[in-house]
Amino acid sequence: MMQVVTQVSVWIIPALLFLIPLYAFWRKVPIYETFVEGAEDGFKTAVKIIPFLIGMLVAIQVFVDSGALEMVVNVLTPVFDRFGWNTEILYIIPLAIMRPLSGSGALGVSTQLINDFGPDSFVGRLASTMQGSSDTTFFVLTVYFGAVRIKQYRYAVKVGLIADLAGLAASIWIVTRVFG
Amino acid sequence: MLNIIWIVLLCVGIVAAACTGNIAVVTESALNAGELGVKTGIQLMGVMGLWMGLMRLAQKAGIVKAIARVFGPLLAPLFPDLKRGSDAWGAIVMNLCANILGLGNAATPFGLKAMQEMQKENPHPERASRSMITFLALNTSCITLVPATIIGIRISAGSAQPTEIIGTTLFATCCAMICAIAVDWLFRRRNPV
Repeated sequence: MMQVVTQVSVWIIPALLFLIPLYAFWRKVPIYETFVEGAEDGFKTAVKIIPFLIGMLVAIQVFVDSGALEMVVNVLTPVFDRFGWNTEILYIIPLAIMRPLSGSGALGVSTQLINDFGPDSFVGRLASTMQGSSDTTFFVLTVYFGAVRIKQYRYAVKVGLIADLAGLAASIWIVTRVFG
Repeated sequence: MLNIIWIVLLCVGIVAAACTGNIAVVTESALNAGELGVKTGIQLMGVMGLWMGLMRLAQKAGIVKAIARVFGPLLAPLFPDLKRGSDAWGAIVMNLCANILGLGNAATPFGLKAMQEMQKENPHPERASRSMITFLALNTSCITLVPATIIGIRISAGSAQPTEIIGTTLFATCCAMICAIAVDWLFRRRNPV
């Protein structure tokens, strides 16, 4: 299964690059001009996203670098302790907070956890599962809404964050159950 | 909502930096982040140019319509506001497929194409439409069959079984996705149009 998926991932892009232009040529589409037109559109879209990216990244970066994350962890630790939760779970709080905010930040935290606790430890497996099972919600919202100049996100942030929480809870539950 | 998150992140960060005697960090972080935003945008230009170019070819050749015809009906219950013939269907399907295969940099351009197509039907161009929110709910919680990056990190950390987390990851993503669809459905009923 793993092998098949890996092979598909390796072949899919060359296959698309081969098949789409060939088929379009056969359908008598002026392929080069059409490609350039589309590429121009893509280029412009990327430029449009930049202001939104700057706005979002500045707030996130200041929050992450300021030491606010440690303060949040310090506040949350006694709360978790009170519920008598597995104390090892406490180590993944920074990752849980970082995951929806910053892709590179979360990858940094999970890499550190995997190296510190060992990839086959409970924390290592939990960090791996959390890292793989969710996307950087704020980045996706910023880029996707930014590209069409939408400024009112309505309930999109709530839906994204609730889904992230569900993914977190599911990760803890399944890793505890499978690997104990 | 976004305004609140923005101000909370920024102010909590600055206050925390002041409390821990790190106030100089704020200036540096803010400026670096601005630079990072531009760099990310520039990196996107190349990738977006390539994929949006291919996407346009696929559109003109009728491939996107064909994909939409085949797979669109599967997604139709999730997007009741989206018109039948919209080109967004094909782009949504291609985005989700790219996500499942873990092709992050191909997924983004398809996703942005989907957003542009949905924007054409949006009565309030400054405000997110319900279809867009459903799409992003699916997108951010989307299943990845092989979490390649994390497997790589596990290998380099000397894991005995680097791929053993594929099953748990799939389970967790499925839960997140089901939750996203359910919560989106609840909000959708409370937010007409």
